[in-house]
Amino acid sequence: MAGKNCVAIAGDTRFGVRNQTVALDSNRIFKINNRTLFGMTGLNTDILTLRESFKFQMNLYNLEEEREISPKTFAHNVAQTLYSKRFGPYFITPIIAGLEGEDYTPFLCATDLIGAMEFPKSFVVAGTGEESLMGVCETFYKENMEPDELFEVVSQCLLAAVDRDALSGWGSVVHVLTKDGITTKRLRTRKD
Amino acid sequence: MQKGGFNFDLYQRNVELIEKNNYKVPKTTKTGTTIVGVVFSDGVVLGADTRATSGPIVADPNCEKIHRISDYIWCAGAGTAADTENTTGMISLQLELLSLSTGRSPRVRTALTLLKNFLFRYHGYISAALVLGGVDFTGPHLHMIHPHGSTSTLPYISMGSGSLAAMAVLETGYSSKMGEEDAKSLVHQAILSGILNDLGSGGNVDLCVIKHKSMEFFRNIDTTNSKRKFRKKLPYMFKSGSTKILEKEIEEKMRKMEIVNEKENAIEELEEL
Repeated sequence: MAGKNCVAIAGDTRFGVRNQTVALDSNRIFKINNRTLFGMTGLNTDILTLRESFKFQMNLYNLEEEREISPKTFAHNVAQTLYSKRFGPYFITPIIAGLEGEDYTPFLCATDLIGAMEFPKSFVVAGTGEESLMGVCETFYKENMEPDELFEVVSQCLLAAVDRDALSGWGSVVHVLTKDGITTKRLRTRKD
Repeated sequence: MQKGGFNFDLYQRNVELIEKNNYKVPKTTKTGTTIVGVVFSDGVVLGADTRATSGPIVADPNCEKIHRISDYIWCAGAGTAADTENTTGMISLQLELLSLSTGRSPRVRTALTLLKNFLFRYHGYISAALVLGGVDFTGPHLHMIHPHGSTSTLPYISMGSGSLAAMAVLETGYSSKMGEEDAKSLVHQAILSGILNDLGSGGNVDLCVIKHKSMEFFRNIDTTNSKRKFRKKLPYMFKSGSTKILEKEIEEKMRKMEIVNEKENAIEELEEL
């Protein structure tokens, strides 16, 4: 979700195989650089594979370009990687959130599993609980929220949606990205 | 790094996952869509709605469906969103390279041939239905391209899930002697008809008017459909601290070291020695 010169990404930390929970601490939100956060949902093996693949590509980018990648360029990179597997795709739904340019304008991007990008100004959702998330975010979202309020809104949205989805839950993490850095908070959720 | 083209590495694994393990595949974003093109006396008008759907959910209420192929050749796309974006992008770059190597401005007919050959090669698996319109030195042209690679050249075209609603308006209002304002208004009405009557189309109306050496893009020319009339006035306010936190970690950005007057100090040190 985007706020005033800040963005926040929140996700749950349950890893399960259909109805069985396998792990409670799987992290699906990754920091690409000081300005970009990248989250994925879907098939865990593809999440891990793509995490390594993008880490490799970003390291190469930093060495060649001698600068950090901007969130918009990274989003296009993700879309291109996913579309190259158009017939035989990775089963993931990625979300990119970052702060673009010198003004630190919030940048949000979500793509589908084959890389069709959309750039909304307000919020993006993904995962097994995405329909609930969309409803609750649409209700609670306000424009130009400060980081503290943005954190509260994002957390409440995630907690509400996760309670209505059997396959999500068991812990959650919220990252708020501002120009001064990233604040990571772990929330108490229901353990069922 | 891999060579160009599509990568089929995961195809086998995906087939097994879907058939043996009943894996629920994430949905692709489609552009349900109403797209329309009309030729008038001086050029071409293209129109599109702005809704992108993912199953029954609206994924993007305001996406751009009219893509640039070249300065005066534009293309509206319906079908799978990733396919329309990437196909038009690929043909746009091929056309740019071609026009640079031939030294001539590109023709609409060239874009048409590139697109139809590309789509036919994939036998309809790339689900992109396109309305290609533009003005080159031979005059205004308008074509429709189906996902399997067949094309038609017509004075007015509608495609997408809302094509029937739009075609009804076009058949009623089209005349071969239309001017620019009439054509714009006709396309606008056709798209609006698609938005109102078709569930897969919605959002705002985008228009693109192409004439000889001139192109005007009217993004969101009509937004009457996307303003929520009955919105709750007082926003919900969450007090700071209403969410219970277990752990908190703050990572501050490392401040960049500022190197000021580096050279001057170095020279001074040398002199002292």
